[in-house]
Amino acid sequence: MKTENQRGWFFVLPVLFLVAFNALVPIMTVVNYSVQETFGNNVFFWQGLDWFEQILRSDRFRAALGRQFLFTFLILIIEIPLGIVVALSMPRKGMWVPVCLVTMALPMLIPWNVVGSMWNIFTLPNIGLLGYFMNDVLGVNYDMTQQPVSAWITIVVMDVWHWTSLVVLLSYAGLVSIPDPYYQAAKIDGASPWKVFRYIQLPKMKTVLTIAILLRFMDSFNIYTEPFVLTGGGPGNSTTLLSIDLVKIALGQFDLGPAAAMSLIYFAITLLVSWLFYTLMTKDDAQ
Amino acid sequence: MAKITLSKLRHSYLPNPSGPQDYALKEIDLDWDDGGAYALLGPSGCGKSTLLNIISGLLVPSEGRILFDDRDVTDLPPDQRNIAQVFQFPVIYDTMTVFDNLAFPLRNRGVAEARIAERVAEIAGMLDVVDMLDIRAAHLSPDNKQKISMGRGLVREDVNVVMFDEPLTVIDPHLKWKLRSKLKELHQRVRVTMIYVTHDQTEALTFADQVVVMQDGEIVQIGTPVELFERPQHTFVGHFIGSPGMNILPAEETDGRIMFNGQPVSVEGAVNGAGGRTELGIRPEFVSLADSGLPARVRKVSDVGRHAVVEAMVGDVPVKAMVDQADVEQGAEVHLAFQQNQTRLYRDGWIATEAPT
Repeated sequence: MKTENQRGWFFVLPVLFLVAFNALVPIMTVVNYSVQETFGNNVFFWQGLDWFEQILRSDRFRAALGRQFLFTFLILIIEIPLGIVVALSMPRKGMWVPVCLVTMALPMLIPWNVVGSMWNIFTLPNIGLLGYFMNDVLGVNYDMTQQPVSAWITIVVMDVWHWTSLVVLLSYAGLVSIPDPYYQAAKIDGASPWKVFRYIQLPKMKTVLTIAILLRFMDSFNIYTEPFVLTGGGPGNSTTLLSIDLVKIALGQFDLGPAAAMSLIYFAITLLVSWLFYTLMTKDDAQ
Repeated sequence: MAKITLSKLRHSYLPNPSGPQDYALKEIDLDWDDGGAYALLGPSGCGKSTLLNIISGLLVPSEGRILFDDRDVTDLPPDQRNIAQVFQFPVIYDTMTVFDNLAFPLRNRGVAEARIAERVAEIAGMLDVVDMLDIRAAHLSPDNKQKISMGRGLVREDVNVVMFDEPLTVIDPHLKWKLRSKLKELHQRVRVTMIYVTHDQTEALTFADQVVVMQDGEIVQIGTPVELFERPQHTFVGHFIGSPGMNILPAEETDGRIMFNGQPVSVEGAVNGAGGRTELGIRPEFVSLADSGLPARVRKVSDVGRHAVVEAMVGDVPVKAMVDQADVEQGAEVHLAFQQNQTRLYRDGWIATEAPT
């Protein structure tokens, strides 16, 4: 027997209060700022959707958004295949398994700002180990403080160094969950290594890869600390990603209205892309 | 199709085996005739899966050779042996349709698409999965998945042997008999050598023409289901096959007579050898309640449907008898009679009486 009443709602109430307290109310504050203008003293003027229009029309926002998409695209296109390849080449049994796992986990244990500082010192021209090696030993003109391309290579490589492990560990978890008979059956069926990957390993990794790609998308799309510590968004504006630009507007210029509008747009884009992506990846399973 | 010969096969999972206890398989010599239906029967850990993996080529034996029609295949990988194997858990390629699953082994071997379509249709017909061919295999029920795994094994025409490694483990009881009879039917149609590994005697006895019983890495007996039931070569076979198993009773030999609990017992025929540990073996089916014979006290009566199993104590040894009607009560004093031509003597576990002529 199913009882039809509304009592269930009472069980959800505590969570509702909690979420309201730590998420809904702060977001509403941002919404509040995004439609008004203030000069301090708690005096507000109604502005409507002006800030949104201003942000969406501004070249500065579009440039930052473009850089943001480029950055996320680059790190996904490198980290996902690289992570799968590393996971495939890791041993699945024996004494080397824990060694590999711990080594893989190490970069992720380092705090973000420490990673930024490490890479900053590492890549500074002439005094950093890599910077010195590139310029004075290999003779390659490499200076991430002056050249946009060098700066971009550095932030991408830094992110790959920091986060490929996540993809590796998730893929590895998917791989070790495949029972031996699958490989044995494939051997007996005469499947080539590529077919084993295509029809056994990849399908079994799909769920964890969806999670890996989503996590890497959201993290990289919202990245702030590492590039800020490394390049501060420079040289010029070349590595000013969305969140760095947002902080500049909000705290540097103290333009609270445009900053609030921008963070809402930013939030909407992240949500939309994640949703699109998740729907596409899980579409097959629903059939 | 081929005759399979296993010659002096031994296998150890340890790198440096030092004694018989280190071997999962101890010296196997065996011929599998072309087109036969065999079962490998034994308790868990007796080495039957090891033997299977050696035949399929997933394992390379420590010692010995495997011949397919006198061709040595010991060092060949599985895909070059032309064998098929069905595993305990259904292995299917989730992302493919049922058709693609069945076609997979053929496509990997470069068979023409027209021939593939023909072959898949034929196999699908045999397995009753024609209406599922376009479905994604991931959406099938476990028993249908297992059917597809079997189909992948049968789809190649030139396959030497199809091996089944406890294939009904994950199948619901009411579907087990269906798949089992399907399998038997398939064997009669395609006449390819099949080896069926199981620890379930019903599965083994219903499927196979010849049953190979294994214990502790050794073959204890090879025979038809009837032979295994009637003349177990070893007390293990007597005990393992049959429900309930054979009565194995401690016995002594005095002055050429077999004594059980102080009473003489007549056995089927002449007794071979001397010394060692002697035991009497008689199936409950051949023990009856009589007016005279071994005095016993009934300890338990269980009704198992068409028969009743009476467990009676002779001294402190329990003896089971299968009777049509249980008209005795617990605690009753009865006499047990053993049918002489079904009473055998075992010496150190192995049969020591000759069959009556």
